[in-house]
Amino acid sequence: MDLSHMNAGVLVASLMVASVPILLAALGELVVEKSGVLNLGVEGMMIVGAVTGFIAAFHSGSAVLGFVGGAAGGAALSMIFALLTQFLMANQVATGLALTLFGQGLASLLGQSYVGQKPPLTGKLPFGPLADLPFVGPVLFGHDWVVYFSVLAVGAISWFLTRSRGGLVLRAVGENHDAAHSLGYKVRLVRVAAIGFGGAMAGLGGAYLSLVRVPQWTEGMTAGAGWIALAIVVFASWRPWRVLMGAWLFGGISVLQLNMQAAGSAIPVQYLSMSPYLITILVLVIMSSGRSRASLGAPASLGQNFHAAR
Amino acid sequence: MERRTILKGGAALGLAAGLAPRTLLAADPVKVGFMLVGPKNDTGWSQHHYDAAMKAKEKLGDGVELMVQESVAEGADAERVMSQMALGGAKLIFATSFGYMDSVQNVAAKFPKVMFEHATGYKTAPNASAYNARFYEGRAVCGYIAGKMTKTNKIGYIGSFPIPEVVQGINSSFVNARKANPKVEIAVVMISTWFDPAKEADATKALLDQGCDVVLAHTDSTAPLAALKAAGKFGFGQSSDMAEFAPAPRLSSIIDNWAPYYEERIKAVIDGTWKSQNVWYGIKEGMVGIGEISDAVPADVKAEAEKIRDGIAGGTVHAFQGPLNKQDGSVWLKDGELPDDGTLAGMNFFVEGITTKMPS
Amino acid sequence: MFRLEKRPTPSTFWIYATPFLAVALTMVAGGILFAILGKDPVAAIKLIFFDPLFSADYASYARPQLLVKAGPLILIAIGLSLGFRAGIWNIGAEGQYVIGALCGAAAGLAFFPTDSRWVFPLMVAAGALGGFLWAMIPAILRTKFNTNEILVSLLLVYVAKQLIASAALNFLRNPDGAGFPGSRNLAQIPAMANPELIPGTGLHWGGVAAILAVGVAYVMLQRHILGYQIKLAGQAPRAARFAGVNSDRLIVLCMGFSGALAGMAGFFEVSGPAGQITIDFGAGYGFTAIIVAFLGRLNPIGIFFAGLLMALTYIGGELAQLVLGLPAAAIQAFQGMLLFFLLAVDLLANYRIRFILPGAR
Repeated sequence: MDLSHMNAGVLVASLMVASVPILLAALGELVVEKSGVLNLGVEGMMIVGAVTGFIAAFHSGSAVLGFVGGAAGGAALSMIFALLTQFLMANQVATGLALTLFGQGLASLLGQSYVGQKPPLTGKLPFGPLADLPFVGPVLFGHDWVVYFSVLAVGAISWFLTRSRGGLVLRAVGENHDAAHSLGYKVRLVRVAAIGFGGAMAGLGGAYLSLVRVPQWTEGMTAGAGWIALAIVVFASWRPWRVLMGAWLFGGISVLQLNMQAAGSAIPVQYLSMSPYLITILVLVIMSSGRSRASLGAPASLGQNFHAAR
Repeated sequence: MERRTILKGGAALGLAAGLAPRTLLAADPVKVGFMLVGPKNDTGWSQHHYDAAMKAKEKLGDGVELMVQESVAEGADAERVMSQMALGGAKLIFATSFGYMDSVQNVAAKFPKVMFEHATGYKTAPNASAYNARFYEGRAVCGYIAGKMTKTNKIGYIGSFPIPEVVQGINSSFVNARKANPKVEIAVVMISTWFDPAKEADATKALLDQGCDVVLAHTDSTAPLAALKAAGKFGFGQSSDMAEFAPAPRLSSIIDNWAPYYEERIKAVIDGTWKSQNVWYGIKEGMVGIGEISDAVPADVKAEAEKIRDGIAGGTVHAFQGPLNKQDGSVWLKDGELPDDGTLAGMNFFVEGITTKMPS
Repeated sequence: MFRLEKRPTPSTFWIYATPFLAVALTMVAGGILFAILGKDPVAAIKLIFFDPLFSADYASYARPQLLVKAGPLILIAIGLSLGFRAGIWNIGAEGQYVIGALCGAAAGLAFFPTDSRWVFPLMVAAGALGGFLWAMIPAILRTKFNTNEILVSLLLVYVAKQLIASAALNFLRNPDGAGFPGSRNLAQIPAMANPELIPGTGLHWGGVAAILAVGVAYVMLQRHILGYQIKLAGQAPRAARFAGVNSDRLIVLCMGFSGALAGMAGFFEVSGPAGQITIDFGAGYGFTAIIVAFLGRLNPIGIFFAGLLMALTYIGGELAQLVLGLPAAAIQAFQGMLLFFLLAVDLLANYRIRFILPGAR
């Protein structure tokens, strides 16, 4: 195999772009799960975000408004989940899966007249000569704004969860909703807000696919990215910076295996195709072995519905 | 074993008695079923079959009524969908994916009065035809253009799975690119799916990162062309013309042109002249179309490519013609020899000069 | 204003009435959706819920198909429900299903050609074992290394799909198949086929296994100590520990059981309705079964009916596409709605709704 063509800077830059959709969606799901809610409907919210984002961008001619539309679409769909699980006490796992089914159907219906259309472009930010620097050029100065936004979002969410009062309340609700309720926190309100945020982030991730990565609207275009996002949250033990690490690890191996194929690697292609999944599992095994379950960070009330007795 | 056979026989009897399709009145329009493996607007394979069906209907007018089923999984679902089409009065059913092959055979045996057309397989029955397109002929033209257009002497190929159709395409592209440019090499990436726009874009970028500057895609979306456009490199339309990417990055295209065949076969059913057949049509019959070669291609190259296209149509030029060796150096075709259709249809080896290994 | 009051025990009336209420609500909402799409709502609803069961043209074929489609869903969901009750999250039944099909088919084809009557039972066992072992990976990683089983079981689905694609292309490829991918057709090999057992019912060995599994799971949950431990572990994990429930053992048992059932379902599918190992084998049964398990309220009898209802919407949905030209996406959205309503009205079984006059507090 000839790997001399592999340029580390280009490789890292590609993996940063490739992992944006799962990173955004996983960050949203992280916040949802931190509040004690398990929403398995990420795939459905992503694809709805992809189509509403595309529609908004297409009609407004502005890619930025497209992203707003994507976030709004994802958030709107997530409100069905919020209504069912927070007010009608429906089972979260089943509702999340139903949300994915519904979202995929809805997205296809919404997008029927947009197949084959082109969205407005999202360009790279102009960093001038900085972008031509070796390695750091493509890695640090060669992206569109959403890539920077996604990394900033990691920092912001990390700060929110650990340093802010709102984050404290959110975590309290996720750890023990009965105790949080008796302290006077509005458990439902916090969770509905978290679910909406998760939907918006998944929608952004979907919009990144239809507006930047592909860029086009096609049915089924998320192709399972929402499921990977769910896995990344667990991989990260519910910590924002580890979500970034997980998304880059997964995206990185996916990009690397394609590059190895292109470079004529002697490793059979079926093993290369499996490698992102297997290596993600392996790394998680290494990280989680020897630790107790409590230190792994799963919110204690995850997946349980809350009903105030009084 | 005996018991099973008896049960099976009983089942067949039960079906024959219970499942007589409703009888048609002469004035009723002829119902034609189309079973698609993906959504009807996937911009690729399934959309092409669907559009062709619509075109055929348009031509034939009100005498034809379509029954369309999208996203049908191979296996039990396919069998059920075709049975329900037959029960719903379909006279002719098109099953447009290779994986439907055995299901078509099963359902055709149950409904001897309904006619079936299966795409890209090889099994036939008295009431079931097989039809396929020689996509590799189109790859020959595109491969030649790619060989002329590459400046890095490296072209890329995105495939789904190493099945014969894809292997034919890779070999044909490479052999004809070498004719244009003896120094050319080919890099192959298999993405294990026919449709995943993000992955197709990633694969395109990986090929570009490895020094390819012309990429042929054998997957369904336009994502590769979008990625090529952003990088200022070249590619080809696949399945449909993808003319919105012309003149660059789209240099030309391989068009799956099913509509004339569909029209012909539906008409044969209406006229009562339908007969089971097994056809493998190419550029000559028009099932494989070569999209307009864009102005980004120099005039002399364009003329050469058109000569190849017309030569293939006329039978004077062939995508594969000896001397050609297999990857391991053994002789495949002697000087001037042409491959037989059996070898081509089941092609599971790369030709000499391709460095990617065939998975085994 | 209204507020919810939890019932001390679920209402028997509403437990049986809610599914019908949900279907009725879905008919209304779905009808509106179909009307928006410009299709006759009454015709569409009739095609989905009524025609597969009663129409003269379709029912004789569609009714048995109900069992064919529901069989694997029920079989997988029964296995999953035990783990879900105990708080063990096997999300990767799809992978176990695929591996079961692969192992079962491979075990039989290794003896090809044969007409031994022992081959079929051997293949069933190999399918179950394959699914079991594939489920053991997340189970053992969870018990030995504390690795989250949701992630491992889910990611292994993708690995399983790669394995089956490569089997269809390489070592299981039909040598008489002219180089095309896909294994020999098991349904055409008498010793390995899983045919319809009673003509006109759609019942094959997979359906028999599903019905057996419903019975066994029901008895176990009602009578057996393991059933008690499973329920306890799910409702009160701490109490379960005090009661001497070995949680590692429970994880291995629940994962293994659900894996084995999913593997068997995969084998019954590949040897009967599907016929052969293909690149794309696996049509999402493992994921749909999760929904079926919860729709059935994790109760074996409930799962049986939930499986049949899901199958009905698939088959009826196909009819609506064929006859009315509804897009597949509309059927998907419709199924989503049905699930929403089923999940939502469950509320009535577990809660009482109290209306409170404003200011009466």
